[in-house]
Amino acid sequence: MIEWIQSTFGLLPEMVQTVVIILLKIFAIVVPLMLVVAYYTFGERKIIGAMQVRLGPNRVGPRGWLQPIADAMKLIFKEIVIPSGSNKYLFLIAPVLSIGPALAAWAVIPFDAEMVLADINAGLLYVLAITSLGVYGVIIAGWASNSKYALLGAMRSAAQIVAYEIAMGFALVGVLMAGGSLNLGVIVNAQSGSLLHWFWLPLFPLFVVYFISAVAETNRAPFDVAEGESEIVAGFHVEYSGMAFAVFFLAEYANMILVSALAAVMFLGGWLSPFEGLLPDSVLEIPVLGALLGGGIHWFLIKTAAFMFSFLWFRATFPRYRYDQIMRLGWKVFIPITIVWLLVVGIAILSGLPPWFDAA
Amino acid sequence: MTMTRLNKFFKSLFLLELLKGLAVTGRYFFRRKVTLQYPEEKTPLSPRFRGLHALRRYPNGEERCIACKLCEAVCPALAITIESEEREDGSRRTTRYDIDLTKCIFCGFCEESCPVDSIVETHIFEYHGEQRGDLLMTKQRLLEVGDKYEKEIAAARRQDAAYR
Repeated sequence: MIEWIQSTFGLLPEMVQTVVIILLKIFAIVVPLMLVVAYYTFGERKIIGAMQVRLGPNRVGPRGWLQPIADAMKLIFKEIVIPSGSNKYLFLIAPVLSIGPALAAWAVIPFDAEMVLADINAGLLYVLAITSLGVYGVIIAGWASNSKYALLGAMRSAAQIVAYEIAMGFALVGVLMAGGSLNLGVIVNAQSGSLLHWFWLPLFPLFVVYFISAVAETNRAPFDVAEGESEIVAGFHVEYSGMAFAVFFLAEYANMILVSALAAVMFLGGWLSPFEGLLPDSVLEIPVLGALLGGGIHWFLIKTAAFMFSFLWFRATFPRYRYDQIMRLGWKVFIPITIVWLLVVGIAILSGLPPWFDAA
Repeated sequence: MTMTRLNKFFKSLFLLELLKGLAVTGRYFFRRKVTLQYPEEKTPLSPRFRGLHALRRYPNGEERCIACKLCEAVCPALAITIESEEREDGSRRTTRYDIDLTKCIFCGFCEESCPVDSIVETHIFEYHGEQRGDLLMTKQRLLEVGDKYEKEIAAARRQDAAYR
């Protein structure tokens, strides 16, 4: 069977081969990602439940493990109601516009040293550009619904995303200065050495600003005024139902995972092992243990999961910010902090401050 | 004055209070969960629990109700309807005793007002109706409930007797 596949595959023209291989890689990223999204929603309910001293969903399947499947089934079989006064095409394009960027940005995320779909030199720029597109899905959804609540929700959401994009962009400028490249793989390699070489330490304020901005960007608690279940129903997607709503939901969670992965890549050294530089080489040559303690995709996944957990932790802990306070925090606190720290990083790089900036 | 303002500034800059909050939820994450898994686990019920209604009988089989209509009068939700007539032996009895459970607010006034302990509220709270009228308890159905659960009803009354 395998030989047969190999021989027929070899017969295909070279261009088709590359396309097939790229498609397979995309599947290898998107399918696990969708599964993680599904179980992230389950994990959210379980973890927030635990923090509120209750159990969370535990009825569907063993210990509730089939809950996300049940949720998906329910949403798939629900009718997609299109409001009569809405713009039908925009209404249906909006969810696609919001999930598209959330998935497309994964193309440049380096999972391991060689494990990246598109190893392009402008990776960081690509991520910034693609994630900025997500806001169009929000605005179009709000506009096309022909509902004042959806429109107001979309405006709030868009204003917030745009405001925090700036602080986030500045934080990423710090990363690119320290890493000396826009290529995410190169940025990770620039952090090699030890736990203390990772960029979270020299760029600590930028790290904090980046992560808080990421929470605000994805419209998650405590910055979820755009959704605000207790105040304005659901914001820009009030009029959506069934699968169209589910796509927005998927996009939100895919975005959360994306920013977590980016934080892991840019500040916590991606696939690098925290034991790097601590253990002698002889330990790394032990068959299984060495592979576990050395760098690899598992470290990337663990770091990403840690950030994903803190998203839920924040939601279980903090009350919702008032809208003007969100704007104040974004414009009057984060942007000045990032600019000041960019100056500090610039000086540190010029003076070749060890241990981070003495190599170049 | 300036010190407290500076203090406040640094406290908010370093997110101290937010970290404290995170520590609290972090601790609660590992607490023992208090969720009661309902159909398998149940909370203990007080003998004064006010659930589904029942009409009781004396041990000799005679129904207690004497159609005094005190419960009908006291019912704040007007859920009780009583009609009465003289029976062949000359005693006054109800010909109709309806409780509309969809109106009832389970306040327990009927039970308290009853001079002969006839109308009572039992510990049954898991019941449902599938059709219109299923939740209209007629005299016959109330008596059936009373006959079926007389033991539990009597036990609950005995337990609470000292406080009545």
